Amino acid sequence: MSDILERVRKIVIDHLDADPDKVTEKASFIDDLGADSLDNVELVMAFEEEFDIEIPDDAAEHIQTVGDAVKFISEKTGG
Amino acid sequence: MFNLEGKTALVTGATGGIGGAVARALHAQGAKVVLSGTRENVLSDLAGELGDRAVFAACNLSDAESVDGLIERAEAAAGQPLDILVANAGVTRDGLLMRMKDEDWSDVIKINLESYFRLSRAVLRGMMKRRTGRIIGVTSVVGVTGNAGQTNYSASKAGMIGFSKSLAQEVASRGITVNCIAPGFIASPMTDVLNEQQRAAIMANIPAGRLGSGEEIAAAAVYLASDEAAYVTGQTLHVNGGMAMI
Repeated sequence: MSDILERVRKIVIDHLDADPDKVTEKASFIDDLGADSLDNVELVMAFEEEFDIEIPDDAAEHIQTVGDAVKFISEKTGG
Repeated sequence: MFNLEGKTALVTGATGGIGGAVARALHAQGAKVVLSGTRENVLSDLAGELGDRAVFAACNLSDAESVDGLIERAEAAAGQPLDILVANAGVTRDGLLMRMKDEDWSDVIKINLESYFRLSRAVLRGMMKRRTGRIIGVTSVVGVTGNAGQTNYSASKAGMIGFSKSLAQEVASRGITVNCIAPGFIASPMTDVLNEQQRAAIMANIPAGRLGSGEEIAAAAVYLASDEAAYVTGQTLHVNGGMAMI
């Protein structure tokens, strides 16, 4: 779990050029980290690549925060 | 101006008159070019003629799988990611609608329009990351004016224009532009076979009084591919000697 959190945080920090201190589990990509809808799509695609999983569109819609992403990926990878 | 050194471009339909001219012009401005088409020997000859900075990747645009893999193969052949996509390949299956067969419709839509969608989607991944890119669709004046006997072709070309406008809005914030070039009548093997009467009828509708050349389309592509055109997106640049002013 913590490994997934770290990998997700790294992707988010790199992609959004975000302040690492602000990239907490509760941080919302759009509200807290300045992402736009296109960034969200890119983040989801980056998670898919990093974890070798597929995130369907209806699930992607609900991934709004770092924690949401970690939760989804954990369930998907059995981590 | 319009220096393309250090950039890499993929040109589909590079074995045709316009595609070949576009590839030569981008290459002359310093770009590395990846030539694509179905005829491997023609691609290989053109790459050989251009010399340095020219490679090729064959592709059958009616085969979705082949199209989906083309960007990756092109980048592997070039040894660097693509900055410029010129979707130029196209086919016609002319005929009046009353007599049009299903495959005349679907072949044209698939090769002209669907491949533009597939190539754009694939090339965007890298362009988004790098925050820069140029997507150029070669459409046609008939996509805007229509032309009897070309319902399928003009639908595919109008489709490219609408697609480009929508995509331009999606990716403008990432430094990626999406534009079309709409050639009018361009001298090519296709127009060489026209007889005097057909030629005269066409000329009567072209204020410039002559056919265009592949080089004149290529010049538009060089412009749209350049850094200088960064603020131009979602546009269709008509190059037609005045035959339609839109």
